[in-house]
Formats: sequence, structure tokens, C-alpha cells
Amino acid sequence: MRTLKARLIGFLGLWVVWLLLTSPWSAQEALVGALVAAFISLLPLAGRSPLGDLRVTPKALAYLFLYFFVFLKALVLSNLDVAFRVLHPKLPIAPGIVKVKTRLRTSLGRLLLTSSITLTPGTITVELRGDDIYVHWINVTAADSAGATAAIVQGFEKYLEVICG
Amino acid sequence: MAETVFLVAVGLAAGALLLAGIRFARGPWAVDRTVALDAMTIIATSLIVAFALLAGRRIYLDVALVYGLVGFVGVVAVARYLEGGL
Amino acid sequence: MLAIVGAFLSLLGSAFFVLAAIGLLRMPDALNRMQAGTKATTLGSILFLLGIGLMRPDFLGRIIILILFIVLTNPVSSNALARAAHAWRDRIGLKMTPDALAEAEAEAAALASSTAEAASAKPTSEVQHDA
Repeated sequence: MRTLKARLIGFLGLWVVWLLLTSPWSAQEALVGALVAAFISLLPLAGRSPLGDLRVTPKALAYLFLYFFVFLKALVLSNLDVAFRVLHPKLPIAPGIVKVKTRLRTSLGRLLLTSSITLTPGTITVELRGDDIYVHWINVTAADSAGATAAIVQGFEKYLEVICG
Repeated sequence: MAETVFLVAVGLAAGALLLAGIRFARGPWAVDRTVALDAMTIIATSLIVAFALLAGRRIYLDVALVYGLVGFVGVVAVARYLEGGL
Repeated sequence: MLAIVGAFLSLLGSAFFVLAAIGLLRMPDALNRMQAGTKATTLGSILFLLGIGLMRPDFLGRIIILILFIVLTNPVSSNALARAAHAWRDRIGLKMTPDALAEAEAEAAALASSTAEAASAKPTSEVQHDA
């Protein structure tokens, strides 16, 4: 069964997407959207929803807000990194796959972490097995698991642990 | 002024689509082609939105949305097939 | 004013598209091509679409949905592609100096075959990852 929190977050998400889709707003459309979103989020679906993993304490929401900027900075840095490597006449790459460990337990946290790793400088998530994430690194600077974890994961994990440990 | 700059941007994006198309044609393996297809889908989605602006019709935004959805599902389906099928 | 800012934002975005395409052409193997292809197209499409949104503010709602959609799905599709590329690593000639995932797979295969041998008398041939 889904928790009330997961249903509420699901309702808000659906309704916000509907409002954005019908963006010159009118009260009638917003009302119908709210009714349909409420109906969908109250459906007795089996399994647990990863949306329930999100914490809604003020601290978690503040960290979610901060995480947005951390992610944006990493995305811009990774693109400058790509630009440097692609335009460099010698293609400075030394690719390899390293194993890093995560302390996150929830599926939403792991989804956000692996997606963030893919969009940050020089790394792509290849596989997730248990607590180990296998990451393709375009320029391996730390082949051992501990060093790679410190370089790749911990900047995000600090925030994600608070948001959805 | 703004329109000229935007037309240059659309031209660059179309050129990028063609360059990615070269990788799509040359391969040499199915995985490389699918990587190129993934990039081409996103560039094409952006170009459809640019076309909506140039033609001044909001309906093409929905086309872009659906194209993005279908392209994503297509790339994931091909990737899963390559992973398990051969 | 807003229109000019939007146009230049779109120009920056399409520059990242071109970078992604050059990366696709220049990088030596599939996983490295993915590095360029995924990241540069993500930021490129964010900037390109935001630029269009600034030029036509009434498009902005759908453009925000499109950006959210691209940011959420692009890592997922590249992850699926990376797994496919890794499964084919011998055929397509991926060169990686530490390959922790292949080591882990080899360990798992060795463990599975040794337990299978212990269980049954006849040895089972290894058919773990036949690319």
C-alpha cells in the first residue's frame, strides 16, 4: 500500500505538470486537473512508490533547494570538461570503470545519485549492484574504490542523505 | 537582431544533427549508432520547438513533447535489446 | 531585450549541440562517445529551450516540462546504453585500464561455476557473458 505522503507528493506532481501543460491558466482547467490528479493518486495501486522516500522536513526541503544549485554547477563544469576534451587536439582521455560505494538506502536517493553521476564531469553510471555503483570514468585519477568514492560520490551524497537517506 | 542570432543558432543545431548523423551512418557497431540516435533525438526535439517558434504555432510544442517521449522509449528499448538479445 | 538574451542563450545551447556532435565523431569508442553525447546535449537543450522560452514567454510552461523531461530521462537512457556497451565490450573493442565491473562479473562467474561443480559431478562450461 502507498503511504499518504507518497500519494500527496504524487498528486502535487501530477497537478503541477497539468498546470504547466495548460499554461495560460483558467480556473476551470485547473479544477478539472486537480480532480483527475486526485483520482489518479488515490487509485489502489500495488507496490510502494519511491516518491514516499522524499522527506518533507524544512531541513530536507532546504537541502533539496541547495542540491539544485550543486547539480547545476556540476552540469556546467562537466560540459566545460567535455568541451576541453573534445576540442583538445590530442584527446586527453584515460578511460576506465571504477567501483564506488554508496550509503544511500532508498530507491529514490539512488536514482537521483546515479543520474547526477551521469551528468557530472567525466563519469557515467554503468551498473548498480547492491551498494556498489560501477562508474565509467573518462580520465581515471583514483583507481581504488575509496579514492574514487571520495572524488565522485561524496559531494552529492552529503545532500541526498538529508533529502531522502 | 534577435531573429538573425536565433536563425544562426537553429543552423548550428541542424549542423550538429547532421554531424551526429555521420556517426549514425558510420557506426561501426549497433551501440555506436544508438548513442548517435540518442543525441539526435534530443537535438531534433529542440529543433521542433524552434520550428514552433518560427511558425508561431503552439501545437508543435506538443509534437516535440511526444517526439521526446517516443524517442526515449525507443532508445531504451534498443539498448535493452542489445544488452540481452545478442 | 529579453528576445536578444533568449537568442544568445539559444546560440550557446546550439554550440553545445555542435560540441556533442564533434565528440561523437572524435571519441574512440562507444562509452567515451556517450560521455560527450549525453552531457553536452543535456546542457545544450536546456539552454536552447530556455532561450526560446525567453523569446516567447507563452511557450514557457511546456518548455519547462520538456526540460524536466530531458534532464530526468537522458541519464536513464545513457545508463541503459552504457550497460549494453559494456555487455559488448570485447566485440566492440572497449579499452579501459581498470575495469572493476568485468572483474566483479568474472568473480561471480568463478563462484557460480565452482559451486555448480561441487553440486554436480560433471563440470559446467562457463557461459556467463557471451557478448
